[in-house]
Amino acid sequence: MTDQDIKKDTYQTKNCANNKTLRNWTSAWVITMAIAAFAPRFIWDFNTTLTIIALLINIAVGFRMLIANRDYLRGLDEMQQKILLEAMALALGVGLVVGLSYELLEDIKLITFEPEIPHIVILMGITYIFAVISGHRKYQ
Amino acid sequence: MKNRLKVLRAERDWTQAQLASALEVSRQTINAIEKGKFDPSLPLAFKAARLFNLTIEEIFQDEVEVA
Repeated sequence: MTDQDIKKDTYQTKNCANNKTLRNWTSAWVITMAIAAFAPRFIWDFNTTLTIIALLINIAVGFRMLIANRDYLRGLDEMQQKILLEAMALALGVGLVVGLSYELLEDIKLITFEPEIPHIVILMGITYIFAVISGHRKYQ
Repeated sequence: MKNRLKVLRAERDWTQAQLASALEVSRQTINAIEKGKFDPSLPLAFKAARLFNLTIEEIFQDEVEVA
């Protein structure tokens, strides 16, 4: 099984490397997001130039994270891709349907507070996690 | 779709992990295919056929009976 062991190394190494790259870019994105959100207030006193630079860096790192995510997905095998695709579709659908209804709640005076985007992001994240777990269980 | 992947693997005394590495997929995918819970794509079926030196029809069979 020498050849197969080599292939195993190739496949697992590739996935491991993609996973690591995605983790690094996601961490970088979170850090740059935190800088763009808090630094204007606590570090450079709303200096417009520095704030714009921080925001542009955050967006650039965000796009790089998307590329890393794409590479990660492409490196998975077809069943793993299917599980994640179904999970992403469900998360997007739930986010759209619940998000629009949630936004409507304030307009029709059923809630007094303003709907926040992070609530939808959290809902989509939880939906995605449950869908991935459910997908893996389905094919066990 | 039925398949003989588990039998063919056992004949060669391979583990699921070894077959997975040979086909460049995850062990979970091999497990799902063997249990008939996931149908592989045509390229993956061809890869399996090449690995076992068999035709695709000798490994995978359609469960729908043709009259």
